[in-house]
Amino acid sequence: MSGVSVTKGTEDAGPATGDLVVLSNVNKHFGALHVLQDIDLTIARGEVVVVIGPSGSGKSTLCRTINRLETIDSGSITIDGKPLPDEGRELARLRSDVGMVFQSFNLFAHKTVLENVMLGQLKVRKTEKAAAEEKARALLDRVGVGTQADKYPAQLSGGQQQRVAIARALAMGPKVMLFDEPTSALDPEMINEVLEVMQQLARDGMTMVVVTHEMGFARSAANRVVFMADGRIVEEAGPDEFFSNPRSDRAKDFLSKILHH
Amino acid sequence: MFDFLDSGRYDLLGAFWVTVQLTLYSAIGSLIWGTLLAGMRVGPVPVMRAFGTAYVNVVRNTPLTVVIVGCSVGLGQTLQITLGGEDFKTMGFRLAVLGFIAYTSTFVCEALRSGINTVPVGQAEAARALGLSFVQVLTLVVLPQAFRAVVAPLANVLIALTKNTTVAAAIGVAEASLLMKEMIENETSALFAVFALFAFGFIVLTLPMGLILGWVSKRVAVKR
Repeated sequence: MSGVSVTKGTEDAGPATGDLVVLSNVNKHFGALHVLQDIDLTIARGEVVVVIGPSGSGKSTLCRTINRLETIDSGSITIDGKPLPDEGRELARLRSDVGMVFQSFNLFAHKTVLENVMLGQLKVRKTEKAAAEEKARALLDRVGVGTQADKYPAQLSGGQQQRVAIARALAMGPKVMLFDEPTSALDPEMINEVLEVMQQLARDGMTMVVVTHEMGFARSAANRVVFMADGRIVEEAGPDEFFSNPRSDRAKDFLSKILHH
Repeated sequence: MFDFLDSGRYDLLGAFWVTVQLTLYSAIGSLIWGTLLAGMRVGPVPVMRAFGTAYVNVVRNTPLTVVIVGCSVGLGQTLQITLGGEDFKTMGFRLAVLGFIAYTSTFVCEALRSGINTVPVGQAEAARALGLSFVQVLTLVVLPQAFRAVVAPLANVLIALTKNTTVAAAIGVAEASLLMKEMIENETSALFAVFALFAFGFIVLTLPMGLILGWVSKRVAVKR
């Protein structure tokens, strides 16, 4: 379950560098609003990048462009050396290698927890049913909801649902995991159980892009903090450096508002 | 009052049996074709979306009698499309079923589309993020939830279809209302008894549909 991918014998194995996700000069508009402005961001294999910033700064949109849930107007995004294809079979294959965890969990409401974690394995990876179930149960145990396997999502707490969502993404054996504000919809006492699972993933070497407001997580788990404001990446730095010595005024202002009270 | 039934001249159960068969085959066909139409209307291919929209709006707004007579006269008699029916009876029955499917599927499609709107966007996004194709997203995640949301409206469509099958009398299919017409001509002294009989017959068919599907609707509802 580490972020290190096994080469699948593809014709172009991609660059030999450790760069897994590369965004270059990415621009996107929502109508008149320029939500992503000249974004350049490179994420190395095994790196944990935490994206923070005020609401409306474009950080969620950035996260969603990486598996093309949002299209971009210009620029390029490559994953493991391959540019994001247009909608279709190729894109579906690429998405199966990119795990995504949403703010609102988005577990399939008509399927049990176990079926949620098995669906992608069965229908995309074409795994045997027994093997898929075994893997699903192991992952559910790993995120601490193994006893809930036969329940429906609505019967679980928010924290449990989000951990199931993480297990569902992990079941595909992704190269990189995207987290779009994974704890923002949770009651305070459930945030830690989700963050602990994410910490463990980071320690296991998973490549992660995490959009969050959890500064504690950013400090302890991030290799790099990316600060966004008004559709731009304003500052990039290691967590210690960023939190103790932010360079830009925008970041200083942001941190002063959230850290001292 | 219902003495005329004892004469043995009328095959009441046989006539209602034809009604049931018309309803059953048309319902199954409408469900399948209606689902395909809904898939086209929400799909990513512009040509299919345009076709689905045009089909639904043309057929839904055409009187059913025109559709059924069109099937019989246009397809059957003019174009000699008999759908494998060898005699007048089977050919009429099959053309009527075709007409009912063409018509009722538009209502199934629109009911389903409103059901699809009850499924949160995040469900489809999560499915796409796993790498499922459009058809897989639709058939594995969106439609199963959409169907559960529209069991009650689909029950309405089924009840309407059951009663609409009486239009098949216009092309001579021997279902319940054709027998009623015959009885009205022969049993002038018992007109109201004849009306009551057929009204009751249809209530016997449709009332349980509404009750059973209402119960099913509650049972399969998706909890969010």
